[in-house]
Amino acid sequence: MAGSKGMVIAGGGISAVSAANALRDEGWSGAITLISDEPHTPYDRPPLSKSFVTDAGASVPYLTDQLALADRKIGFIQSTAIIEIDRQRSCVKLSDGQHIFYEKLLIATGARPRRLTLPGSDCSRVRYLRTVDDSRAIGQQLLPGAHMIVIGGGFIGLELASSARKRGASVTLIESLPRILSRGVPLEIAQVVASRHELEGVNILCSALVSEIVNDTDTISVRLADGQTIAGDLVVAGIGSVPETGLAVAAGLAVENGICVDAHMQTSDPDIYAAGDCVSFPLASHGDMRVRLESWRNAQDQGALAAVNMLGQCRTYDAIPWFWSDQYDLSLQITGLHSGQDRPIRRDLGNGAFIVFHLDQKGCLTSASGIGVGNAVARDIRLAEMLIARGVHPPEEQLVDGKMSLKALLKAAAVCPDLSIAASKD
Amino acid sequence: MPWIRACEADDIDAEDVIRFDYNDHTYALYRSPDDQYFATDGLCTHENVHLCDGLVMDNIIECPKHNGRFDYTTGAARGAPACIALKTYNVKVEGNFVMIEID
Repeated sequence: MAGSKGMVIAGGGISAVSAANALRDEGWSGAITLISDEPHTPYDRPPLSKSFVTDAGASVPYLTDQLALADRKIGFIQSTAIIEIDRQRSCVKLSDGQHIFYEKLLIATGARPRRLTLPGSDCSRVRYLRTVDDSRAIGQQLLPGAHMIVIGGGFIGLELASSARKRGASVTLIESLPRILSRGVPLEIAQVVASRHELEGVNILCSALVSEIVNDTDTISVRLADGQTIAGDLVVAGIGSVPETGLAVAAGLAVENGICVDAHMQTSDPDIYAAGDCVSFPLASHGDMRVRLESWRNAQDQGALAAVNMLGQCRTYDAIPWFWSDQYDLSLQITGLHSGQDRPIRRDLGNGAFIVFHLDQKGCLTSASGIGVGNAVARDIRLAEMLIARGVHPPEEQLVDGKMSLKALLKAAAVCPDLSIAASKD
Repeated sequence: MPWIRACEADDIDAEDVIRFDYNDHTYALYRSPDDQYFATDGLCTHENVHLCDGLVMDNIIECPKHNGRFDYTTGAARGAPACIALKTYNVKVEGNFVMIEID
Protein backbone atom coordinates (compact mmCIF):
# COMPACT_ATOMS: atom_id res chain seq x y z
CA MET A 1 0.00 0.00 0.00
CA ALA A 2 2.81 2.37 0.81
CA GLY A 3 4.79 1.77 -2.35
CA SER A 4 8.50 2.44 -2.24
CA LYS A 5 8.17 5.94 -0.88
CA GLY A 6 7.78 6.59 2.80
CA MET A 7 7.25 9.41 5.20
CA VAL A 8 10.40 11.41 5.79
CA ILE A 9 10.85 13.66 8.82
CA ALA A 10 13.68 16.16 9.03
CA GLY A 11 14.65 16.80 12.66
CA GLY A 12 15.29 14.97 15.89
CA GLY A 13 13.34 16.91 18.49
CA ILE A 14 9.93 16.63 20.12
CA SER A 15 8.05 17.71 17.00
CA ALA A 16 9.75 15.10 14.82
CA VAL A 17 9.29 12.27 17.32
CA SER A 18 5.72 13.24 18.02
CA ALA A 19 5.01 13.16 14.28
CA ALA A 20 6.68 9.77 13.80
CA ASN A 21 4.66 8.27 16.64
CA ALA A 22 1.44 9.83 15.39
CA LEU A 23 2.01 8.36 11.91
CA ARG A 24 2.21 4.88 13.42
CA ASP A 25 -0.67 5.51 15.82
CA GLU A 26 -2.82 6.55 12.87
CA GLY A 27 -2.05 3.32 11.07
CA TRP A 28 0.60 4.27 8.52
CA SER A 29 2.37 0.99 7.75
CA GLY A 30 4.90 2.26 5.22
CA ALA A 31 8.40 3.45 5.91
CA ILE A 32 9.08 6.32 8.32
CA THR A 33 12.54 7.86 8.32
CA LEU A 34 13.70 10.40 10.87
CA ILE A 35 16.81 12.30 9.85
CA SER A 36 18.81 14.27 12.42
CA ASP A 37 22.13 16.02 12.03
CA GLU A 38 22.88 15.44 15.70
CA PRO A 39 24.91 12.44 16.91
CA HIS A 40 22.15 11.43 19.36
CA THR A 41 18.90 9.54 19.48
CA PRO A 42 16.10 12.13 19.75
CA TYR A 43 16.02 13.85 23.12
CA ASP A 44 14.00 16.42 25.00
CA ARG A 45 15.40 19.95 25.12
CA PRO A 46 13.68 21.59 28.12
CA PRO A 47 15.95 19.88 30.70
CA LEU A 48 19.10 21.14 28.95
CA SER A 49 18.95 24.50 30.74
CA LYS A 50 17.67 22.97 33.98
CA SER A 51 18.14 19.50 35.51
CA PHE A 52 20.56 18.25 32.86
CA VAL A 53 22.99 21.13 33.24
CA THR A 54 22.88 21.14 37.05
CA ASP A 55 23.62 17.44 37.40
CA ALA A 56 27.00 16.43 35.99
CA GLY A 57 25.98 12.76 36.09
CA ALA A 58 22.56 13.19 34.50
CA SER A 59 21.71 10.90 31.64
CA VAL A 60 20.58 12.39 28.34
CA PRO A 61 16.81 13.04 28.45
CA TYR A 62 16.04 10.79 25.50
CA LEU A 63 12.56 10.95 24.01
CA THR A 64 12.88 7.43 22.74
CA ASP A 65 15.51 4.74 22.28
CA GLN A 66 16.76 2.46 19.53
CA LEU A 67 14.61 -0.43 20.76
CA ALA A 68 11.43 1.62 20.75
CA LEU A 69 12.26 3.03 17.32
CA ALA A 70 12.95 -0.46 15.97
CA ASP A 71 9.79 -1.78 17.57
CA ARG A 72 7.73 0.85 15.78
CA LYS A 73 9.75 0.38 12.57
CA ILE A 74 10.84 4.01 12.61
CA GLY A 75 14.09 4.39 10.73
CA PHE A 76 16.53 6.82 12.32
CA ILE A 77 19.50 8.35 10.56
CA GLN A 78 21.72 10.39 12.88
CA SER A 79 24.76 12.64 12.39
CA THR A 80 23.54 13.30 8.87
CA ALA A 81 22.38 16.56 7.40
CA ILE A 82 19.83 16.96 4.67
CA ILE A 83 21.61 19.09 2.08
CA GLU A 84 18.77 19.53 -0.38
CA ILE A 85 15.09 18.93 -0.90
CA ASP A 86 14.50 17.91 -4.53
CA ARG A 87 10.81 18.70 -5.01
CA GLN A 88 10.79 17.52 -8.64
CA ARG A 89 11.82 14.00 -7.67
CA SER A 90 10.26 14.09 -4.18
CA CYS A 91 13.46 13.20 -2.43
CA VAL A 92 15.92 14.54 0.10
CA LYS A 93 19.66 14.40 -0.54
CA LEU A 94 21.78 13.63 2.51
CA SER A 95 25.31 14.69 3.40
CA ASP A 96 26.47 11.06 3.02
CA GLY A 97 25.28 10.97 -0.59
CA GLN A 98 22.07 9.00 0.03
CA HIS A 99 18.80 9.98 -1.62
CA ILE A 100 15.61 9.24 0.29
CA PHE A 101 12.33 9.49 -1.58
CA TYR A 102 9.27 10.73 0.22
CA GLU A 103 5.54 10.34 -0.10
CA LYS A 104 5.25 13.33 2.24
CA LEU A 105 8.02 15.26 3.94
CA LEU A 106 7.83 16.95 7.33
CA ILE A 107 10.34 19.67 8.17
CA ALA A 108 10.75 19.86 11.95
CA THR A 109 14.20 21.35 12.14
CA GLY A 110 13.50 23.78 14.97
CA ALA A 111 15.47 26.95 15.58
CA ARG A 112 19.12 27.73 16.25
CA PRO A 113 20.42 30.27 18.77
CA ARG A 114 20.89 33.75 17.40
CA ARG A 115 24.60 34.56 17.49
CA LEU A 116 26.32 37.66 18.72
CA THR A 117 27.92 39.81 16.07
CA LEU A 118 30.26 41.86 18.19
CA PRO A 119 34.02 42.37 18.08
CA GLY A 120 35.51 39.27 19.68
CA SER A 121 32.26 37.32 19.81
CA ASP A 122 33.20 34.89 17.05
CA CYS A 123 35.09 32.66 19.43
CA SER A 124 34.43 29.16 20.71
CA ARG A 125 34.47 30.36 24.30
CA VAL A 126 31.25 32.27 23.74
CA ARG A 127 28.67 29.57 24.24
CA TYR A 128 25.08 29.07 23.11
CA LEU A 129 22.55 26.51 24.24
CA ARG A 130 20.74 24.34 21.76
CA THR A 131 22.03 20.78 21.97
CA VAL A 132 22.86 18.25 24.63
CA ASP A 133 26.53 18.78 23.80
CA ASP A 134 26.17 22.55 24.31
CA SER A 135 24.57 21.87 27.69
CA ARG A 136 27.34 19.46 28.71
CA ALA A 137 30.03 21.94 27.71
CA ILE A 138 28.40 24.70 29.76
CA GLY A 139 27.81 22.34 32.68
CA GLN A 140 31.46 21.34 32.79
CA GLN A 141 32.39 24.97 33.36
CA LEU A 142 29.78 25.65 36.03
CA LEU A 143 32.10 24.76 38.88
CA PRO A 144 31.78 26.25 42.35
CA GLY A 145 33.43 29.65 42.26
CA ALA A 146 33.34 29.98 38.50
CA HIS A 147 31.82 33.14 37.09
CA MET A 148 29.34 32.85 34.25
CA ILE A 149 28.37 35.93 32.26
CA VAL A 150 24.99 35.61 30.60
CA ILE A 151 24.12 37.92 27.75
CA GLY A 152 20.35 38.20 27.41
CA GLY A 153 17.61 38.27 30.05
CA GLY A 154 15.27 35.84 28.36
CA PHE A 155 14.24 32.35 29.46
CA ILE A 156 17.37 30.49 28.38
CA GLY A 157 19.67 32.95 30.15
CA LEU A 158 17.58 33.07 33.31
CA GLU A 159 17.17 29.30 33.53
CA LEU A 160 20.92 28.89 33.07
CA ALA A 161 21.52 31.52 35.76
CA SER A 162 19.31 29.55 38.15
CA SER A 163 21.15 26.33 37.28
CA ALA A 164 24.54 27.99 37.74
CA ARG A 165 23.60 29.17 41.23
CA LYS A 166 22.60 25.60 42.11
CA ARG A 167 26.09 24.53 41.06
CA GLY A 168 27.71 27.27 43.17
CA ALA A 169 28.89 29.37 40.25
CA SER A 170 28.39 33.13 40.36
CA VAL A 171 26.42 34.86 37.64
CA THR A 172 26.28 38.28 36.00
CA LEU A 173 23.35 38.66 33.61
CA ILE A 174 23.38 41.46 31.06
CA GLU A 175 20.16 42.67 29.47
CA SER A 176 20.09 45.44 26.87
CA LEU A 177 16.48 46.49 27.60
CA PRO A 178 15.29 48.22 30.81
CA ARG A 179 13.99 44.94 32.23
CA ILE A 180 14.32 41.18 31.84
CA LEU A 181 11.67 39.09 30.07
CA SER A 182 10.33 42.06 28.16
CA ARG A 183 8.99 39.89 25.37
CA GLY A 184 5.53 38.65 26.34
CA VAL A 185 5.95 38.50 30.13
CA PRO A 186 3.98 41.00 32.25
CA LEU A 187 6.10 43.44 34.26
CA GLU A 188 4.84 42.22 37.64
CA ILE A 189 5.92 38.68 36.88
CA ALA A 190 9.27 39.73 35.49
CA GLN A 191 9.82 41.65 38.73
CA VAL A 192 9.22 38.51 40.81
CA VAL A 193 11.72 36.62 38.65
CA ALA A 194 14.29 39.43 38.86
CA SER A 195 13.94 39.76 42.65
CA ARG A 196 14.36 36.06 43.13
CA HIS A 197 17.53 35.99 41.02
CA GLU A 198 18.93 38.94 42.98
CA LEU A 199 18.07 37.19 46.25
CA GLU A 200 20.02 34.17 44.98
CA GLY A 201 23.00 36.41 44.28
CA VAL A 202 22.70 36.90 40.53
CA ASN A 203 23.95 40.31 39.45
CA ILE A 204 21.44 41.59 36.87
CA LEU A 205 22.46 44.58 34.75
CA CYS A 206 19.60 46.06 32.71
CA SER A 207 19.85 48.72 29.99
CA ALA A 208 23.40 47.48 29.49
CA LEU A 209 24.79 47.21 25.99
CA VAL A 210 27.66 44.86 25.25
CA SER A 211 30.23 46.42 22.93
CA GLU A 212 32.96 43.79 22.79
CA ILE A 213 34.05 40.35 23.96
CA VAL A 214 37.68 40.24 25.07
CA ASN A 215 39.51 36.91 25.18
CA ASP A 216 42.52 36.59 27.46
CA THR A 217 44.44 33.46 28.26
CA ASP A 218 42.60 32.67 31.47
CA THR A 219 39.50 34.79 31.34
CA ILE A 220 36.91 36.03 28.94
CA SER A 221 35.56 39.52 29.49
CA VAL A 222 32.56 41.44 28.36
CA ARG A 223 33.04 45.14 27.72
CA LEU A 224 29.95 47.31 28.04
CA ALA A 225 29.14 50.46 26.10
CA ASP A 226 29.57 52.53 29.28
CA GLY A 227 33.19 51.37 29.51
CA GLN A 228 32.70 48.84 32.31
CA THR A 229 34.48 45.51 31.84
CA ILE A 230 33.22 42.29 33.44
CA ALA A 231 35.59 39.34 33.60
CA GLY A 232 34.37 35.78 33.82
CA ASP A 233 35.17 32.15 33.09
CA LEU A 234 32.51 31.66 30.47
CA VAL A 235 30.08 33.73 28.47
CA VAL A 236 26.74 32.31 27.39
CA ALA A 237 24.52 34.23 25.00
CA GLY A 238 20.77 33.69 25.06
CA ILE A 239 19.58 36.39 22.71
CA GLY A 240 16.79 34.64 20.88
CA SER A 241 16.60 32.07 18.15
CA VAL A 242 16.44 31.93 14.40
CA PRO A 243 14.19 29.41 12.63
CA GLU A 244 16.01 26.75 10.61
CA THR A 245 14.60 27.58 7.21
CA GLY A 246 17.64 27.09 4.98
CA LEU A 247 16.36 23.93 3.28
CA ALA A 248 12.93 25.44 2.73
CA VAL A 249 14.34 28.64 1.24
CA ALA A 250 16.63 26.70 -1.08
CA ALA A 251 13.68 24.55 -2.16
CA GLY A 252 11.65 27.66 -2.99
CA LEU A 253 9.02 27.20 -0.28
CA ALA A 254 7.30 30.28 1.11
CA VAL A 255 9.20 31.56 4.16
CA GLU A 256 8.27 34.50 6.37
CA ASN A 257 9.68 34.50 9.92
CA GLY A 258 9.75 30.71 9.63
CA ILE A 259 8.51 28.29 7.01
CA CYS A 260 4.99 29.43 6.10
CA VAL A 261 2.38 26.79 6.79
CA ASP A 262 -1.39 26.97 6.73
CA ALA A 263 -3.61 25.85 9.61
CA HIS A 264 -3.04 22.24 8.49
CA MET A 265 0.76 22.57 8.79
CA GLN A 266 1.07 22.31 5.02
CA THR A 267 3.73 24.42 3.30
CA SER A 268 3.37 26.02 -0.11
CA ASP A 269 4.20 22.56 -1.54
CA PRO A 270 1.29 20.17 -0.81
CA ASP A 271 3.70 17.25 -0.30
CA ILE A 272 5.74 19.10 2.31
CA TYR A 273 4.60 19.88 5.84
CA ALA A 274 6.44 21.73 8.59
CA ALA A 275 5.93 21.98 12.36
CA GLY A 276 7.37 23.43 15.55
CA ASP A 277 9.83 26.25 16.15
CA CYS A 278 10.76 26.49 12.45
CA VAL A 279 7.31 27.52 11.20
CA SER A 280 5.09 30.57 11.13
CA PHE A 281 1.41 29.70 11.16
CA PRO A 282 -1.98 31.44 11.43
CA LEU A 283 -3.00 31.63 15.09
CA ALA A 284 -6.70 30.80 15.05
CA SER A 285 -7.46 32.31 18.46
CA HIS A 286 -5.99 35.66 17.37
CA GLY A 287 -7.66 36.30 14.03
CA ASP A 288 -5.21 34.11 12.12
CA MET A 289 -2.34 36.45 12.94
CA ARG A 290 0.83 34.80 11.60
CA VAL A 291 3.11 33.84 14.50
CA ARG A 292 6.13 31.71 15.20
CA LEU A 293 6.25 30.10 18.64
CA GLU A 294 9.21 28.68 20.51
CA SER A 295 7.35 26.31 22.73
CA TRP A 296 7.63 22.66 23.58
CA ARG A 297 3.94 21.86 23.56
CA ASN A 298 3.39 23.75 20.33
CA ALA A 299 6.15 21.68 18.72
CA GLN A 300 4.71 18.44 20.05
CA ASP A 301 1.14 19.19 19.02
CA GLN A 302 1.97 20.60 15.60
CA GLY A 303 4.14 17.56 14.82
CA ALA A 304 1.31 15.19 15.70
CA LEU A 305 -1.24 17.21 13.75
CA ALA A 306 0.99 17.46 10.69
CA ALA A 307 1.39 13.68 10.75
CA VAL A 308 -2.34 13.11 10.70
CA ASN A 309 -2.74 15.50 7.78
CA MET A 310 0.16 13.87 5.91
CA LEU A 311 -2.06 10.78 5.90
CA GLY A 312 -4.82 12.64 4.10
CA GLN A 313 -6.87 14.17 6.87
CA CYS A 314 -7.53 17.88 7.09
CA ARG A 315 -7.32 18.80 10.76
CA THR A 316 -6.86 22.40 11.79
CA TYR A 317 -4.38 23.58 14.37
CA ASP A 318 -6.33 25.75 16.77
CA ALA A 319 -4.42 25.35 20.03
CA ILE A 320 -3.82 28.27 22.38
CA PRO A 321 -0.11 29.04 22.92
CA TRP A 322 1.23 27.67 26.19
CA PHE A 323 4.67 27.94 27.68
CA TRP A 324 6.46 27.25 30.96
CA SER A 325 9.78 28.07 32.62
CA ASP A 326 11.27 26.73 35.85
CA GLN A 327 13.78 28.78 37.85
CA TYR A 328 14.79 27.83 41.41
CA ASP A 329 11.57 26.50 42.97
CA LEU A 330 9.47 28.95 40.93
CA SER A 331 7.44 27.91 37.95
CA LEU A 332 6.09 30.39 35.44
CA GLN A 333 3.37 29.52 32.95
CA ILE A 334 1.89 31.62 30.19
CA THR A 335 -1.04 30.85 27.94
CA GLY A 336 -2.49 32.93 25.14
CA LEU A 337 -1.00 36.03 23.60
CA HIS A 338 -1.74 39.62 24.54
CA SER A 339 -1.08 42.91 22.82
CA GLY A 340 0.14 46.16 24.35
CA GLN A 341 -3.41 47.52 24.38
CA ASP A 342 -4.81 44.69 26.49
CA ARG A 343 -5.64 45.48 30.10
CA PRO A 344 -3.94 43.52 32.93
CA ILE A 345 -5.91 42.15 35.90
CA ARG A 346 -4.26 40.43 38.83
CA ARG A 347 -5.50 37.33 40.68
CA ASP A 348 -3.70 36.32 43.88
CA LEU A 349 -3.62 32.65 44.83
CA GLY A 350 -1.83 32.77 48.20
CA ASN A 351 1.78 31.99 49.13
CA GLY A 352 2.94 34.67 46.72
CA ALA A 353 1.53 32.89 43.68
CA PHE A 354 -0.45 35.06 41.29
CA ILE A 355 -1.78 35.33 37.79
CA VAL A 356 -1.96 38.33 35.48
CA PHE A 357 -4.83 38.06 33.02
CA HIS A 358 -5.09 40.27 29.98
CA LEU A 359 -8.44 41.36 28.56
CA ASP A 360 -8.86 43.05 25.20
CA GLN A 361 -10.99 46.13 24.66
CA LYS A 362 -14.12 43.99 24.31
CA GLY A 363 -13.41 42.28 27.64
CA CYS A 364 -12.37 39.02 26.03
CA LEU A 365 -9.62 37.04 27.79
CA THR A 366 -6.46 37.01 25.64
CA SER A 367 -3.74 35.71 27.94
CA ALA A 368 -2.93 34.50 31.44
CA SER A 369 0.56 34.59 32.92
CA GLY A 370 1.23 33.07 36.34
CA ILE A 371 4.10 32.51 38.71
CA GLY A 372 4.40 30.63 41.98
CA VAL A 373 6.28 27.95 43.84
CA GLY A 374 6.00 24.51 42.28
CA ASN A 375 2.86 24.02 40.26
CA ALA A 376 0.78 26.55 42.19
CA VAL A 377 -0.52 28.31 39.07
CA ALA A 378 -0.78 25.30 36.75
CA ARG A 379 -4.45 24.50 37.25
CA ASP A 380 -5.68 28.07 36.81
CA ILE A 381 -3.49 28.62 33.78
CA ARG A 382 -4.89 25.47 32.18
CA LEU A 383 -8.43 26.64 32.88
CA ALA A 384 -7.57 30.10 31.54
CA GLU A 385 -6.35 28.42 28.35
CA MET A 386 -9.76 26.80 27.94
CA LEU A 387 -11.50 30.09 28.68
CA ILE A 388 -9.41 31.77 25.98
CA ALA A 389 -10.16 28.94 23.55
CA ARG A 390 -13.88 29.49 24.08
CA GLY A 391 -13.62 33.25 23.62
CA VAL A 392 -15.10 33.87 27.06
CA HIS A 393 -15.68 37.39 28.40
CA PRO A 394 -15.25 36.62 32.10
CA PRO A 395 -16.62 38.87 34.85
CA GLU A 396 -13.63 40.77 36.23
CA GLU A 397 -14.62 40.33 39.87
CA GLN A 398 -14.43 36.57 39.44
CA LEU A 399 -11.01 36.68 37.81
CA VAL A 400 -9.63 38.89 40.57
CA ASP A 401 -10.90 36.70 43.41
CA GLY A 402 -8.46 33.82 43.86
CA LYS A 403 -11.11 31.87 45.74
CA MET A 404 -13.57 31.95 42.87
CA SER A 405 -13.14 28.80 40.81
CA LEU A 406 -12.18 29.31 37.19
CA LYS A 407 -13.65 25.90 36.54
CA ALA A 408 -17.06 27.20 37.59
CA LEU A 409 -16.55 30.10 35.21
CA LEU A 410 -15.72 27.71 32.41
CA LYS A 411 -18.78 25.60 33.12
CA ALA A 412 -20.95 28.67 33.19
CA ALA A 413 -19.70 29.56 29.72
CA ALA A 414 -22.13 28.78 26.96
CA VAL A 415 -20.41 25.68 25.68
CA CYS A 416 -20.00 22.84 28.14
CA PRO A 417 -16.31 22.00 28.44
CA ASP A 418 -15.32 18.43 27.95
CA LEU A 419 -11.69 17.48 28.37
CA SER A 420 -12.43 13.88 27.49
CA ILE A 421 -13.38 14.94 23.97
CA ALA A 422 -10.09 16.81 23.65
CA ALA A 423 -8.24 13.77 24.98
CA SER A 424 -9.81 11.33 22.56
CA LYS A 425 -8.70 13.43 19.60
CA ASP A 426 -5.04 13.04 20.54
CA MET B 1 -3.44 -6.05 50.90
CA PRO B 2 -4.18 -3.66 53.74
CA TRP B 3 -6.92 -1.06 53.55
CA ILE B 4 -5.72 2.33 54.79
CA ARG B 5 -7.92 5.19 55.93
CA ALA B 6 -6.82 8.00 53.59
CA CYS B 7 -9.10 10.96 54.26
CA GLU B 8 -12.63 12.03 54.97
CA ALA B 9 -15.08 11.96 52.09
CA ASP B 10 -15.51 15.72 52.20
CA ASP B 11 -11.77 16.37 52.02
CA ILE B 12 -12.00 16.07 48.24
CA ASP B 13 -14.30 18.32 46.24
CA ALA B 14 -16.34 16.77 43.47
CA GLU B 15 -14.31 16.58 40.24
CA ASP B 16 -11.07 17.17 42.09
CA VAL B 17 -7.93 15.47 43.38
CA ILE B 18 -5.82 15.51 46.54
CA ARG B 19 -2.44 14.09 47.45
CA PHE B 20 -2.11 11.26 49.99
CA ASP B 21 1.28 10.09 51.24
CA TYR B 22 1.78 6.79 53.03
CA ASN B 23 4.98 4.85 53.76
CA ASP B 24 7.18 6.94 51.45
CA HIS B 25 4.73 6.52 48.60
CA THR B 26 2.56 9.23 47.17
CA TYR B 27 -0.94 8.59 45.90
CA ALA B 28 -3.57 10.76 44.22
CA LEU B 29 -7.17 10.42 45.43
CA TYR B 30 -10.00 11.55 43.17
CA ARG B 31 -13.66 12.30 43.56
CA SER B 32 -15.51 12.13 40.27
CA PRO B 33 -18.30 14.54 39.27
CA ASP B 34 -20.82 11.86 40.34
CA ASP B 35 -19.15 11.43 43.75
CA GLN B 36 -17.31 8.19 43.18
CA TYR B 37 -13.81 7.85 44.61
CA PHE B 38 -10.69 6.61 42.85
CA ALA B 39 -6.95 6.35 43.56
CA THR B 40 -3.82 6.22 41.44
CA ASP B 41 -0.11 6.63 41.97
CA GLY B 42 0.50 10.27 42.82
CA LEU B 43 3.25 11.00 40.31
CA CYS B 44 2.90 11.39 36.57
CA THR B 45 4.51 8.52 34.65
CA HIS B 46 6.17 11.05 32.34
CA GLU B 47 8.36 13.14 34.65
CA ASN B 48 7.43 12.39 38.27
CA VAL B 49 5.33 15.49 38.78
CA HIS B 50 2.67 15.50 41.52
CA LEU B 51 -0.70 15.01 39.87
CA CYS B 52 -2.51 16.62 42.81
CA ASP B 53 -1.69 20.04 41.28
CA GLY B 54 -3.31 19.00 38.02
CA LEU B 55 -6.75 19.65 36.64
CA VAL B 56 -9.58 17.11 36.88
CA MET B 57 -12.24 17.33 34.20
CA ASP B 58 -14.79 14.49 34.14
CA ASN B 59 -12.78 11.25 34.32
CA ILE B 60 -9.50 12.84 33.18
CA ILE B 61 -6.59 14.07 35.30
CA GLU B 62 -4.14 16.29 33.49
CA CYS B 63 -0.55 16.63 34.67
CA PRO B 64 0.24 20.23 35.71
CA LYS B 65 3.63 20.19 34.01
CA HIS B 66 3.22 19.01 30.45
CA ASN B 67 -0.53 18.31 30.28
CA GLY B 68 -0.14 14.56 29.88
CA ARG B 69 -3.60 13.05 30.44
CA PHE B 70 -4.84 9.96 32.22
CA ASP B 71 -8.24 8.42 32.84
CA TYR B 72 -8.02 8.22 36.63
CA THR B 73 -10.79 5.60 36.79
CA THR B 74 -8.65 3.10 34.84
CA GLY B 75 -5.16 4.65 34.90
CA ALA B 76 -4.99 4.59 31.08
CA ALA B 77 -2.80 7.22 29.41
CA ARG B 78 -5.06 9.41 27.29
CA GLY B 79 -2.85 12.11 25.82
CA ALA B 80 0.76 12.95 24.97
CA PRO B 81 3.31 13.14 26.43
CA ALA B 82 1.89 10.55 28.82
CA CYS B 83 2.18 7.09 27.32
CA ILE B 84 2.61 4.79 30.33
CA ALA B 85 -0.52 4.02 32.35
CA LEU B 86 -0.88 5.10 35.95
CA LYS B 87 -1.18 2.35 38.55
CA THR B 88 -4.61 2.39 40.15
CA TYR B 89 -5.73 1.25 43.60
CA ASN B 90 -9.02 0.01 44.97
CA VAL B 91 -10.96 2.56 46.95
CA LYS B 92 -14.06 2.28 49.12
CA VAL B 93 -15.97 4.65 51.36
CA GLU B 94 -16.68 3.42 54.88
CA GLY B 95 -18.82 5.70 56.94
CA ASN B 96 -17.32 9.10 56.29
CA PHE B 97 -13.86 7.78 55.39
CA VAL B 98 -12.20 7.09 52.08
CA MET B 99 -10.20 3.85 52.28
CA ILE B 100 -7.47 2.84 49.85
CA GLU B 101 -6.13 -0.69 49.37
CA ILE B 102 -2.37 -0.47 49.04
CA ASP B 103 0.20 -3.10 48.05
